[in-house]
Amino acid sequence: MRIGVVTFPGSLDDVDAARAVRLAGGEVVPLWHADAELPAVDAVVLPGGFSYGDYLRAGAIAARQPLMRAVVDRAHAGMPVLGICNGFQVLCEAGLLPGALTRNSHLHFRNRDQALRVERADTAWTSSYAQGQTITVPVKNGEGRYVAADADLDRIEGEGRVVVRYAGGNPNGSSRDIAGVTSADGRVVGLMPHPEHAVEELTGPSVDGLGFFTSVLQGALSA
Amino acid sequence: MPRVVVDVVLKPEISDPQGQAVLGALGRLGHRGVTGVRQGKHFVLDVEGTPDEAELREIAENLLANPVIEDVELHLSGD
Repeated sequence: MRIGVVTFPGSLDDVDAARAVRLAGGEVVPLWHADAELPAVDAVVLPGGFSYGDYLRAGAIAARQPLMRAVVDRAHAGMPVLGICNGFQVLCEAGLLPGALTRNSHLHFRNRDQALRVERADTAWTSSYAQGQTITVPVKNGEGRYVAADADLDRIEGEGRVVVRYAGGNPNGSSRDIAGVTSADGRVVGLMPHPEHAVEELTGPSVDGLGFFTSVLQGALSA
Repeated sequence: MPRVVVDVVLKPEISDPQGQAVLGALGRLGHRGVTGVRQGKHFVLDVEGTPDEAELREIAENLLANPVIEDVELHLSGD
């Protein structure tokens, strides 16, 4: 399975994301933000970092780059897309996911290992987990507070769009402890914590993050 | 050259921790009369020819502001 990993100017975690894809058994296709065409890939990962220096709003300018228009079109046709941290911000700005990410309520950058409860184990990126399972992966952000109007939050919850929720403390003041959400079809997932940093015992707090990448590979095999 | 101003501010129901931090600082400086602060963004656009309101509104609503969380005000006269 060929998984594209996009590099924007200011991406930081594209190399780690590519490494996680390889460890899960996938083939990595490096993608560049300015490309107009999306090559033949089966899924795309948007990595963490500070694309365009977070100018205007985090993810705002990256979401409007040529390659993202192609990613949005393919996502509407069912291609799985995973956005991690800045990648989640890009997906919200691109309109593929509901809500928005804003400055942390305490105004501090927060960097720690974070417990998450898996609320949906039936998306393209979380089928390797069990519903209700608790996993631990790093979280690191300054603008990770998930927000939406109350009526929109009720709709997001009612439609079962919350994929992962913070457990054991909310690191950034996110509404209703929401750490990640999915599209209506379960193919596009975005989350602020970093599963790609928890794929090896040597460098991560656990290997709990690998499941995001094995999920999409298994989904392709069974499809 | 015509000048167009776009003001962007978080919707009232979205909490604004930066504005609250400014309010806290005002209190510490003794400015007790200020009871609320909302922080926003102010864009000044220089436009060639006669400003096209529809196009400027699209720019304001689709790029300068995120309509999910922000309200936007367009000032075509540039004030």
